[in-house]
Amino acid sequence: MSDTATARAAEQPSLSIRNLSKAFGGVQAVNDVSFDLAKGELLALIGPNGAGKSTCFNMLNGQIRADSGSVRLAGEELIGRSPADIWRRGVGRTFQITATFPSMTVAENVAMVLMSQRRELFSLFRTAVHRHRDKALALLDLVGMAAQADRPCGVLSYGDLKRVELAVALGNEPRVLLMDEPTAGMAPRERIELMGLAARLVSDLGLSVLFTEHDMDIVFGHAGRIIVLSRGALIAEGTAQEIRSNPLVLKTYLGEGQIYGRAEG
Amino acid sequence: MGVYLVQFLSGLASASALFLAASGLSIIFGVTRVVNFAHGSFYMLGAFFGYTFVREVGGGAIGFWVALLLAALAVGLVGLLVEFVILRRLYKAPELFQLIATFGVILIVQDAALWVWGPEDLLGPRAPGLTGIVRIFGTPMPVYDLVLIGVGPLVLAALWLLFNRTRWGILVRAATEDREMVGALGVNQSLLFTGAFVLGSMLAGLGGAIQLPKGGADLLMDFGILAEMFVVVVVGGMGSIFGAFLAAVLISLLNTFGILIWPSGTLVLMFILMAVILVVRPTGLLGRPESGGHKTEVGVEQALRPAGPHYKIFIGLLLALLLAAPLIVEEFYLVLITDVLVLALFATSLHFLMSTGGLVSFGHAAFYGGGAYAAALLVTYAATPFELALLLAPLGAGLLALVIGWFCVRLSGVYFAMLTLAFAQVAWSVVFQWSDLTNGDDGLLGIWPSAWASGTQVYYLLALAISAGGIFLIRRVVFAPFGYGLRATRDSNLRAAAIGIDIKRQQLAAFVFAGAMAGLAGGLFVFSKGSVFPDEMSIPRSFDALLMVLLGGVDSLSGPFVGAAAFTYLHDELITFEYWRLLLGLTIVALVLLFPQGLAGAAKHHLGRYLKLEAGSAGRAKQADEGRPA
Repeated sequence: MSDTATARAAEQPSLSIRNLSKAFGGVQAVNDVSFDLAKGELLALIGPNGAGKSTCFNMLNGQIRADSGSVRLAGEELIGRSPADIWRRGVGRTFQITATFPSMTVAENVAMVLMSQRRELFSLFRTAVHRHRDKALALLDLVGMAAQADRPCGVLSYGDLKRVELAVALGNEPRVLLMDEPTAGMAPRERIELMGLAARLVSDLGLSVLFTEHDMDIVFGHAGRIIVLSRGALIAEGTAQEIRSNPLVLKTYLGEGQIYGRAEG
Repeated sequence: MGVYLVQFLSGLASASALFLAASGLSIIFGVTRVVNFAHGSFYMLGAFFGYTFVREVGGGAIGFWVALLLAALAVGLVGLLVEFVILRRLYKAPELFQLIATFGVILIVQDAALWVWGPEDLLGPRAPGLTGIVRIFGTPMPVYDLVLIGVGPLVLAALWLLFNRTRWGILVRAATEDREMVGALGVNQSLLFTGAFVLGSMLAGLGGAIQLPKGGADLLMDFGILAEMFVVVVVGGMGSIFGAFLAAVLISLLNTFGILIWPSGTLVLMFILMAVILVVRPTGLLGRPESGGHKTEVGVEQALRPAGPHYKIFIGLLLALLLAAPLIVEEFYLVLITDVLVLALFATSLHFLMSTGGLVSFGHAAFYGGGAYAAALLVTYAATPFELALLLAPLGAGLLALVIGWFCVRLSGVYFAMLTLAFAQVAWSVVFQWSDLTNGDDGLLGIWPSAWASGTQVYYLLALAISAGGIFLIRRVVFAPFGYGLRATRDSNLRAAAIGIDIKRQQLAAFVFAGAMAGLAGGLFVFSKGSVFPDEMSIPRSFDALLMVLLGGVDSLSGPFVGAAAFTYLHDELITFEYWRLLLGLTIVALVLLFPQGLAGAAKHHLGRYLKLEAGSAGRAKQADEGRPA
């Protein structure tokens, strides 16, 4: 293999999104969006409410089927695959509104992922109680939830659930992690902790993280790069510095709050 | 040519009554989220009331139609009574309790109708002025059928106006979309619920009444129409009145032409139609995908724990007692306990599906009866030895569950439940109608175990071993990775899919496993009685299983055994009365209203804390305390 080829392989983005579009009835929710998620980067996807962030996310993990466009994970096409399939290929996600298994304990929630990853879910006779417990505890330790491992998920606070979700998403050692508003509903200190954790995961594990967020302090403080959606279209892309000074972004998104007599976006 | 046209028109005529009943069911479900199982009974009552009113006031042409409307009103009153006395208290209870309560109403109505109108089928009165026939290309066609054809579209139009042009109708639609929002806007919900329930009941009553001149009135109408209504609602699309109309027409046409082409296979045709439509359009003809994914909730949310030491001792003692029973009690009681053991396995298999899988099946008897018939047919036609037949019973039931489940798991919640009931009714009808193979209503007789196992005591011990073994196996599966995966699909579809769980496959496997276990119970049953009749596959038998689960409490793993024992006792006590269904129905309604946790659930709630029946229950409480922020 030539040196250029090796270099290209190293440069190949984790996730490569091209011309992604989706319409709901007459509403063009996502319109011809293209961007790359580089390996080992913390990329923020921002935009006002209704900009198409969640639709974008749901297309990336297969929950909504794109009308057109392509999503490639290390060169492999993901459009048309089921959420389960995409997960198996290494795309984990957390949800805007947390989704956990409330009747199971925190540790069992994480152990579920490990069982699923190892394709043990059709095993009838082995016991699942305490199965993969050590690995689950290690993951929970990573997100600071090990102390609550045996509490039922149904009784946890919202911020704790978010952290459990993160441990669950890390369970199958994903290459790409999608986090839909990871800090929504959390206290300020919890937010900073969680984003610090995400940044560590990126640097330590080489994970590529794409997240949406409404809190601009979080975005500018943690994201390595930012892309901006407005009315379904990508209007800007760059570092925090560049986005802050981008006139189009200021006008269509950040600027709204500065005009007197107008409600904040 | 004429024959086909007349068949076509006749199909359209039958569709009207079916559409009226199904639209009523759809309206009630849309607003109150209660699947009214008694809807078939309301339809039947409509026919009986119509019969009586036509006799009393139906002299002239006007009197006849007034009588039919009076019948609908009377059924509306019955609906009002049911809503007011029973359902109103249960709107906040888990759905299972509402269903069981409406099933209690079915039983009550059955015996009430028997008491008032007697056991004979009643020939419907002819409509004055419409008794003639017209000839269409030489083939005779009753004039009344032509009138009926108009009734369906007429009611459809009236309902459209009601739901789009009146304030009340718009509120009903709003409530169907989002009940909480409507409540938050200050709408009197209980009035709305009662109104919707009465309207739905009246439509069912009218449906039963207008088909009188065509089909008369009999005591078997309720379950027949119930399964057809469910098919209509599922095929037509969830909550779509127009879809219900289309589906009613489609199914009625299929029935009338089916009789022409393949007389004994009409139900199979219906099965195929339903299957094809569900494969092509899982949401039905005009249904939209469910937005929130309304899930049938059975009231199980807390974590299941493996048995603790006290519970194990309790189970050990129970088993020892059961093992010693042949030394202690008379043979009569041994037979009774054998029944309990068989039913306990049957109920446990359903309980597994419901509590671990969140899948409420209304047709679980298809597999119980399926197992029984599989064994009986093998013995009758292939002279299969007892041991092998007992082994193949769960296999046969499992195969049937694979076929039925393959379609059912495409739906969720209450639509899943409706579909299981419809399929079970099809299975029952096949067994009932295919008398060349199954002897129909006369059943298959002389299915006895081998000589070594034919003694009451030996068979009892065999049943104990198999039933206990089956229940332990089910318990083991609940706590195996498979059971956990199934529980994951119940807890959160979204999360389950996001961690790579193939939800449908997990559910189908659970359905097949539960079906096979029910089939094993069915196999035990047939060899203990020596015979099997279509009753074992019927809807009432499916409800027996639900009732046992309910009596035992849904959230308790040992509940089904307690439920089976309580059911057997209750059944044994009541069967001596002439109107035992009435008493059973009243008992069910009373139990649901008084003990919404089930018997074992209520007992455990009070005793469990002291006896530590489950491992970790104390630990859980402790953790909950520790977890509280300081």
